[in-house]
Amino acid sequence: MAVCIAVIAKENYPLYIRSVPIQNELKFHYTVHTSLDVVEEKISAVGKAMADQRELYLGLLYPTEDYKVYGCVTNSKVKFVIVADSSNTSLRDNEIRSMFRKLHNSFTDVMCNPFYNPGDTIQSKAFDSMVSAMMVQAS
Amino acid sequence: MEAHEEKPIIYTMENKPIVTCAGDQSLFTSLYTSLAQQLPRESMEWRRSYGRAPKMIHLEANFVQFKEELLPKDGNRALLTFPFLHIYWTDCCDTEMYKASVKDDMLRWQSTLRLHGSVDWLIVVVESEAKKKNKTNILPRTSIVDKIRNDFCNKQSDRCVVLSDPLKESSRSQDSWSAFLTKLRTLLLMSFTKNLGRFEDDMRTLREKRTEPGWSFCDYFMVQEELAFVFEMLQQFEDALVQYDELDALFTQYVLNFGAGDGANWLGSFCAPVKRWSGLLLRRPIDMEKRELIQRGEASLLDLRSYLFSRQCTLLIFLQRPWEVTQRALELLHNCVQELRLLEVYVVQGALDCWVFLSCLEVLHRIEGCCDRAQLEANCSHTVGLWTYATEKLKSLGYLCGLVAEKVPTSEDLNRTVDLLAGLGEERPETVNSLQSPYKKLNEALSSVEAFEKHYLELSHAAMEMYRAIGRMRSARLIGKSLAEFYMKKGDPERAEGFLDDSLRSYVAEGWSLQVTHTRKQMAECQKLLQQTEDYLQTSALLAGDANLTEEERKHFCQEILTFASQPPAPSDQTVALSMAAFAQLRQMQFSPPGAVVHVGAALQLELRVRCLMPVAMQVEQLAATLHFSLEQGGARGRAGSAQRRTGQGPQGQGDGVVLFPQGSPLAGAGMGALLPPALELYEMQDRSPSDSSLTSTGVVCKNMHLLLRRHDSSASLDTPTAGALPAAVAVDDGAQMLRARDITLQPGDNSILFTAPTGEPGSYTLRQLCGSVGRVQFVQSHIYPVVQYEVYSQEPQLTIEPLSDNLLAGIPQKVKFTIATGHYSVKKGDALQLSNTDSMPILHSSCCSATVLSSTGERMGESALSIQSSEKVTSISLPPTPPYHTLEFQLEVLCHIPPTPFKPDIERLTNGEVRHRPKSHSHADSGMINIDQKVSIDCPWSIYSTLIALTFYVPFKAKHSILSAGKRKYIQVCLQNVSDTNFHLADPVLTERQPTVSMELLSLNVKKQQPVCSQQSVFCLWEMRWAKPLPLCLQCAFSASFAPVSASDTHTAFKPYRYEFQLDRVSTLYSLKAEILPPSGDQHCRTGALCGLEVSITRQAEPSETEGEEEESTEIEGLRTTKLMYEVVDNSSNWAVCGKSSGVVSMPVAASATHRVQMEVMPLFAGHLPFPNIKVFKYLPHNAVPAIQPDTDSCLENDTISLLDKGLDDQGDTASIRSRGSVHSVGSGEQQRGLPMPRLEPFSPGQVFYWSQGRQVLVLPVTDDHVMEVNVT
Repeated sequence: MAVCIAVIAKENYPLYIRSVPIQNELKFHYTVHTSLDVVEEKISAVGKAMADQRELYLGLLYPTEDYKVYGCVTNSKVKFVIVADSSNTSLRDNEIRSMFRKLHNSFTDVMCNPFYNPGDTIQSKAFDSMVSAMMVQAS
Repeated sequence: MEAHEEKPIIYTMENKPIVTCAGDQSLFTSLYTSLAQQLPRESMEWRRSYGRAPKMIHLEANFVQFKEELLPKDGNRALLTFPFLHIYWTDCCDTEMYKASVKDDMLRWQSTLRLHGSVDWLIVVVESEAKKKNKTNILPRTSIVDKIRNDFCNKQSDRCVVLSDPLKESSRSQDSWSAFLTKLRTLLLMSFTKNLGRFEDDMRTLREKRTEPGWSFCDYFMVQEELAFVFEMLQQFEDALVQYDELDALFTQYVLNFGAGDGANWLGSFCAPVKRWSGLLLRRPIDMEKRELIQRGEASLLDLRSYLFSRQCTLLIFLQRPWEVTQRALELLHNCVQELRLLEVYVVQGALDCWVFLSCLEVLHRIEGCCDRAQLEANCSHTVGLWTYATEKLKSLGYLCGLVAEKVPTSEDLNRTVDLLAGLGEERPETVNSLQSPYKKLNEALSSVEAFEKHYLELSHAAMEMYRAIGRMRSARLIGKSLAEFYMKKGDPERAEGFLDDSLRSYVAEGWSLQVTHTRKQMAECQKLLQQTEDYLQTSALLAGDANLTEEERKHFCQEILTFASQPPAPSDQTVALSMAAFAQLRQMQFSPPGAVVHVGAALQLELRVRCLMPVAMQVEQLAATLHFSLEQGGARGRAGSAQRRTGQGPQGQGDGVVLFPQGSPLAGAGMGALLPPALELYEMQDRSPSDSSLTSTGVVCKNMHLLLRRHDSSASLDTPTAGALPAAVAVDDGAQMLRARDITLQPGDNSILFTAPTGEPGSYTLRQLCGSVGRVQFVQSHIYPVVQYEVYSQEPQLTIEPLSDNLLAGIPQKVKFTIATGHYSVKKGDALQLSNTDSMPILHSSCCSATVLSSTGERMGESALSIQSSEKVTSISLPPTPPYHTLEFQLEVLCHIPPTPFKPDIERLTNGEVRHRPKSHSHADSGMINIDQKVSIDCPWSIYSTLIALTFYVPFKAKHSILSAGKRKYIQVCLQNVSDTNFHLADPVLTERQPTVSMELLSLNVKKQQPVCSQQSVFCLWEMRWAKPLPLCLQCAFSASFAPVSASDTHTAFKPYRYEFQLDRVSTLYSLKAEILPPSGDQHCRTGALCGLEVSITRQAEPSETEGEEEESTEIEGLRTTKLMYEVVDNSSNWAVCGKSSGVVSMPVAASATHRVQMEVMPLFAGHLPFPNIKVFKYLPHNAVPAIQPDTDSCLENDTISLLDKGLDDQGDTASIRSRGSVHSVGSGEQQRGLPMPRLEPFSPGQVFYWSQGRQVLVLPVTDDHVMEVNVT
């Protein structure tokens, strides 16, 4: 389960970012923001290699001592970033992928909302609860 | 491997598979060199069990003398020392000798081998020609080999090979060598397969036992590593690596299971507190020291991991995959930290940091050792992680040991440092001589504050450079930020500022609000230390309005500003200008009145809504908006219809005078705005033709197209900081005019401020800059966007008169509305409008006439009675006093008299009643209404010139008259058509003679009552004429009637006269024409196809009167006055065929009852009641006669005028032939016509000829014997 989930706009500003322990929020923001470096690197690498069969899932962006950062990018260059705890070793690649898929679906729902203004921060309750379900429950 | 041979340290193992040699040692020694050379020369395919892919391998061997000790004892599974093949060498060629000694020796060798269960052996018999030649009693050479084969290889004959003349350069020797080597390789591989297979089976069995209590990972580790060693020995590094990876995975799984509560006993040794943290050691192929620790089961987790990684690293470098080393290293370091945490191993604080730091540097050194500089630089992305990790760890060590401070470390810090250094142990012998070893670096860095700084900066800059080089700007900035934090701790804000500024710009540009807040706080601290007052205040303002901060923090920063603001100003600097954006956001502006277009001097209020972002109420001494004034619009233009359009020009502008300011996201303030595309700014565009200002085209223009169509970079670049952390210095410009509000308190949140806008001069005013002053601090917003502007205009007074209904009708009273827009003129008491009176359009004023005064916004201000005085010449309307820029409205009734007809439709009457013809017809195309343009001349009090205003009236009726005859009796019919849209009542139609003659009487045949005339309907009136004396040639008549609209309330007074005058000429009947159709003689009825007689009798009805006689052309022949008439029979409906002549000229005596009969023949063409053919009579004027009346040009008779040649023209002349000739002539030459005057025909006026047989019919029977009947069915 994730400790931080972020949706980042094409222009690299956060559309949505939520993390589990509130006191560490800033740290997660820094982590997610820095991960954009790797995302951009991977996107440009993918763009060169195979433009056609574009894989949305970018995999592990970079590990830190405490966290693993995974990334995913949509065709419209909206980025999803999931930060998982390193100690959570039971998390497999497949689960991360399915989390991204869920995130993407929910995000698509948000975008389909006619009252949502593209580019605004996401305030959808449905999206929020979906993210909560994917987060580690703070015990 | 070529790669490692160049390196100074050889990491490969010296081990090769062991092959023992028994028998003749001297023989072997002589062959050893070439054998050792030739064995690895060719590769062999190694087929392997368990479906593993076959491999080509080059074999090498370590040949040792056979000893019994070399053979492995039971249970010893050491593979490295395992002899894979045993060879017995002999060059015996003597049977005797073989039997005497060699055979026994071989038997002994064989039994030893058998004892140890080894089946991998080979006997080599070396033959040489030289040796053979020495002996005389030689057996054939095969015999010894055969004997040996017979004795030893009972089933495996291939276990004995012959090597012929090995030391000679002959083809035979070559062949035998290659056969021998092939055999040797094959056997070696067979042995490998067999022995390794057995070993792997054992190993697997051992692994399966791992759940048993006594199982130890360390033991198993040793076993599997043995396999790895063998693979490495065989240079199968990939396979060797797999063994280590398997061990790694197994161990990791155990640790994870332990974490999940499933602990294994043997893991206990790894949970011992970490005592040594000397880092990885990658310079030796095998770290025997650690290996022994593992073997003894005394290794700590770090030891095991270090050893495993060092082996993996060695193999990966053999495989030339150095970048995998760095990647695995980072994973390993992260993993170890996690595992120690998971296993709850006690580690001295900072020890792990030391270990990680040393390990990172060790890996980097190792990689640098095997790659050149260019390679390293190209692969920064792989190493930079380690650099960063090392930097982080050094930083945390620095903080831990009190090295990051302005003061020297405390004794506690020193103790800690000593403890940490103790755990590093002695420096390894390999690196003792190296100056830059990780050990030395760490030692040095922890030794003093200065050394720490040096190393830390070195590492940080290296990592930053690398990140920059590979384009990871965010990561570089993050390191920069932590450097800034370091500098701040060191009390060096100058150097911190640059890094903070750089980071802050990038966060603002990308809109990451939490980072912005955090960095800005650090920035504020930094700026405060640097005493950059202005910057600090600006940052404080931003922070005070930052929603991410707590209330206390915001208040603190707000207080900082207030404290500064309240200080008495220093003489040097007066005020500090800060950006308004941090202080307050503009929400909306509202004009009152909403049009935002006012006249000079009018009150215009502007309500500004601002959201104050400060956490406490702010006392603002003055809030002022400078105005830009331009004359270009407004002044010249009157009350423009486009006034509404001008307000709220912004994209979100609304029609009600409200300008909404676009709201940037609350997250990022200025930063977000820059990222979002600007909204469309659309304007209405109208293109009017310059001549008559009619609309030629209209459209919508986008004014900020250049912004919208600009190319946007698809990847938002970080390197162009938009809307930086601090806005560019804001300048306060002193506008001449401004909106001001003094001493206002802005509460946190929304506030409303009311401005009174100056409207002194006509022109357009644009709000440019907004400035709020709080003590010494000014908050300035340099642009107000969208554009807010208002207009002040000045207007000339204006008078308009317009009808209340669609069309003004002439003849009845109509209401018109007078509108006076006073403009800048103020209507004083006694001011009056002077209307010149005209007879044609009197002004009907009633006593109760009142005027309404409206304000410029259309509000009703009041009502006052108008006093209207009429004199002969003028009507004077005295106006009530009205202030400027108001509208005065009142209504008057006017009546436009219908001019007596027959008027030509195009009449324009001037005010003086003069009627003149206008060149253009004004009758309505659709309704045929006749209009009258009535101009009114008005003298206005504000102008010395008269104002001419044209009103158009429409005549509601159209009248026609006609004369009807019955023999001598005459009737006059008048048709009155209502062409207007109004329904009328018509009353009292009267027909009178204008010059009344006593003799004539007009007898009305009309109803007395009034009758309705609906719109577009007609009414007919009829009078009979009676006369005693002969009638004059010309009769002047006048028709008059009263009419009133049906809707009129007071019918009696509402009736207005309508008059129609006309003239009747030559009314009395001169001739009567009677026609008779006579059936053929003997028949009672006419029949089709049969000729009938047509008898026309023309009878003179009256004596010519005095007046008429002049006109009538007559000739005196023998005292009898005659006049010539021409008759013509025409049948237009082709019912009749006129046979023979159809026309002729008769001479009529000018006397009453003179009759002339004409006989003609006609033939009916159809059966039935056929109308009589038309008979026409014309006056026949001889050529010499001067026509009395100039021929009317508009008459249609022109066509009927028949030119006749007078020559040979007789009374009874055949006109049919003449006509044809005439027509030829007329076509042939016009000259002749001009030269020879022609006789002319002139019609009679209606009423002069009375046709008796008009409308008569005659019965025509069909021919009796005509049986054919045509039936047409359609």
